[in-house]
Amino acid sequence: MCQVGEEDRYRYQQDGPASASKKCVKCKDASAALVIRAGDAYCRSCFNESFVHKFRAMLGKTRVIFPGEKVLLAVSGGPASCSMLRQVQEGVSQNAHKKLRFLPGIVYIDEGGVVGLSKEMRQKTAFELQELFTTTGFPFYILPLEQVLELPTSVVMPVQQQSEPVTGAYKAAVDHFLLHGRKNDVSPEEQENILPCDVNESQTCALQQLIGSAKTLTAREDLLNTLRHHLLVHTARSKGYSKLMLGDSCTRLAVKLLISISLGRGAQLAQDVGFSDSRYGDVISVRPMRDYSAKEIAFYSHMFNVPYVSVPSLHTKTQDKASIQRLTESFVTKLQTDFPSTVSTIYRTGEKLQTAGRSSSAAADGSRCLLCLCSLDTVTDVASALQATLISEQLSHTKIQGPESELSTAEEYCSIKGEGTCRGTGGGVVCCSSAKEVDTPDLRELMCYSCQLTIKDMSSIHHLPHYILSEAQRRHSRSLMREEIREFLLDADEDD
Amino acid sequence: MPALCSNCSEKRAMLKRPKTGHSLCKLCFFFAFEEEIHQTIVAAKLFKPGETVGIAASGGKDSTVLAYIMKLLNERYNYGLKLMLISVDEGITGYRDDSLETVKRNQQQYELPLKIVSYEELYGWSMDAIVKQVGLKNNCTFCGVFRRQALDRGAIMLRVDKICTGHNADDVAETVLMNVLRGDIARLRRCTAISTASEGDGVVPRCKPLKYAYEKEIVLYAYFKKLDYFSTECIYSPNAYRGYARTFLKDLESIRPSSIIDIIHSGENLSVREGVKMPVQGTCSRCGYISSQALCKACVLLEGLNRGLPKLGIGKHHRLHEKILSQQPLTENEEKKLKSGDF
Repeated sequence: MCQVGEEDRYRYQQDGPASASKKCVKCKDASAALVIRAGDAYCRSCFNESFVHKFRAMLGKTRVIFPGEKVLLAVSGGPASCSMLRQVQEGVSQNAHKKLRFLPGIVYIDEGGVVGLSKEMRQKTAFELQELFTTTGFPFYILPLEQVLELPTSVVMPVQQQSEPVTGAYKAAVDHFLLHGRKNDVSPEEQENILPCDVNESQTCALQQLIGSAKTLTAREDLLNTLRHHLLVHTARSKGYSKLMLGDSCTRLAVKLLISISLGRGAQLAQDVGFSDSRYGDVISVRPMRDYSAKEIAFYSHMFNVPYVSVPSLHTKTQDKASIQRLTESFVTKLQTDFPSTVSTIYRTGEKLQTAGRSSSAAADGSRCLLCLCSLDTVTDVASALQATLISEQLSHTKIQGPESELSTAEEYCSIKGEGTCRGTGGGVVCCSSAKEVDTPDLRELMCYSCQLTIKDMSSIHHLPHYILSEAQRRHSRSLMREEIREFLLDADEDD
Repeated sequence: MPALCSNCSEKRAMLKRPKTGHSLCKLCFFFAFEEEIHQTIVAAKLFKPGETVGIAASGGKDSTVLAYIMKLLNERYNYGLKLMLISVDEGITGYRDDSLETVKRNQQQYELPLKIVSYEELYGWSMDAIVKQVGLKNNCTFCGVFRRQALDRGAIMLRVDKICTGHNADDVAETVLMNVLRGDIARLRRCTAISTASEGDGVVPRCKPLKYAYEKEIVLYAYFKKLDYFSTECIYSPNAYRGYARTFLKDLESIRPSSIIDIIHSGENLSVREGVKMPVQGTCSRCGYISSQALCKACVLLEGLNRGLPKLGIGKHHRLHEKILSQQPLTENEEKKLKSGDF
């Protein structure tokens, strides 16, 4: 199908099957130990070299991570993020050829509570990782996802976007770094670990209720992703890290791109899969593993003994059609076996896209999604998919009030008034689901198209963490206030 | 207790709308379906009063429903359009000849003028003859490229101002996925547009009034309206790669029915990074049709057929365009590569 492939195929045929006696294509001396792509046979040391080079080239090319900056590595325990950890570990070590000059830390989020793992299992994984992280000498944080229930609203409050990095900023940072040397302000005491045995049972229960209130696995996975990211960003922010490093591989990003498209996140695509993502303003996520295929990473971690732990996820042991995410993953994987250029083609498509810059002053909180913090994509032309759906909904029940519209008013959200009482019960977790509140905002108005779909799949939004609901309340009252004083405002777009 | 229609709450619900999940009675469904298409036409300003509109008719369910609804809405809302049917005869025995019979019946039923243009008369090659030369693989490339141009030529012969095609929401969503899988950024950007701007001579603007209509609802509509349509797959194996995207989309729909519209929403909101190279639209130096290359795809394919080198238009052989234009002979090696056989 792909036209690029045509000429390559001739070459592959001439090459014949990779034989054990084949020489490495790079040094043409040592015998090859592995074949990454058809025709590319590498020996062990050349493979290692190219792997290391790719990582450094990615950081060098993008110039997003400044010397002396604190960078938090999000490690899930899987091969990709553990290989990323290995790269950083080797890069900052004393004998590295060109030392990486940032200050790394590690964060691991234990999602065992959501997946329904026993406390013992969670404990075991946490200990394994603790051991692994200790050997790096970096500060590390092992946190249960239950922590997400206690996040402050600041996580979902849009932070003023940092202005585009000025050209020369990187160089200035380098100069500054050379002048003042490394500030070694990372001390091991900074570490904070909440081991699974310390997790309050009622919190696990509340978290399970929250995830369980999503009726579809698709929505559950999406919700879990959002919550995990909130906790990561909060951890980075509160510990003074300005960059968050994610271990997404090229394969993973290709899958993510298709998932994003399928979930209606076209407008947010560039942020979802790009190298750097600045939607959280002061904490920028970067994906330095984006040039490696899953296969390369698997080879690397196997050949160079990168330790990793396998942790079950929400869709482990489910059928292909259990969720959109699961289906997309198996679709891409299967297509990749038939058409080896699939992943790289999808991935390169993503590189050519950017976030739709509908409003440059997107920092105004009214225009950011409450959950994913991307610019809202719900203001569309009259002729659009969104409008067409709304018309369909209307035309399918005009004469009687549909059950859905009743629901959205009947299903009330935790009001700000409840805050005091809520905090007391169940370790400040469960948000007064029994209490009846009146003046609560429609959450959907505050969300992007895709997050609305997720919320639509939830039986109740009472179980959403407090920080989300109270931020919703805050935005709602802001907009009411704005409405009240509208006639006196000179610039309608100005906010906060 | 039979479920009542969620719209009129009087009659018994006959169907569950795939698009919204509501249970509706037959009449309410008809009304909703027609009204939605009307809203699409109005919102996107697809037509102007007094225009002559050619409906691309294949005899299949989409174009039959399109023709029926266009006629109905034109009368109901006084669009003031002059409607015609345009059909392309690809020359596929056992498939197109039968479906064209359906179109001819539709012409009678809807009292619309019909124009049939054939590959045979336009290019001197019927699909049957093409398949004989190129085999079953890649023949969809020929058919697709030739059809696009054939429709334009037919439209010009009929002097229509616009062509509307029966592409439905599933088709558009599938195309979005296809273009992502192929990395075709230029098409990815264009494919969700509901209408094409007039691109120059020889090209008639096109639009897709059924863009937001689910394929399943089109079938439901045709079924309950008892419309006369032809439903057989083309005998020359369907395009394999597109099949993957199609299956994937159907699976997505079965998990979350709104996926189809969600993907279109994604497509409508994509924006391309600045500085990404885009093909520049020019004209074919042989036939004058729009083309991003020196020769348009149809001319290259045709040249390949006439020279007995069918692979000329499959894959990228831009370097050879110069040679073809100046009528230079190809080298032996080049010829060998382009001969039919193992592709």
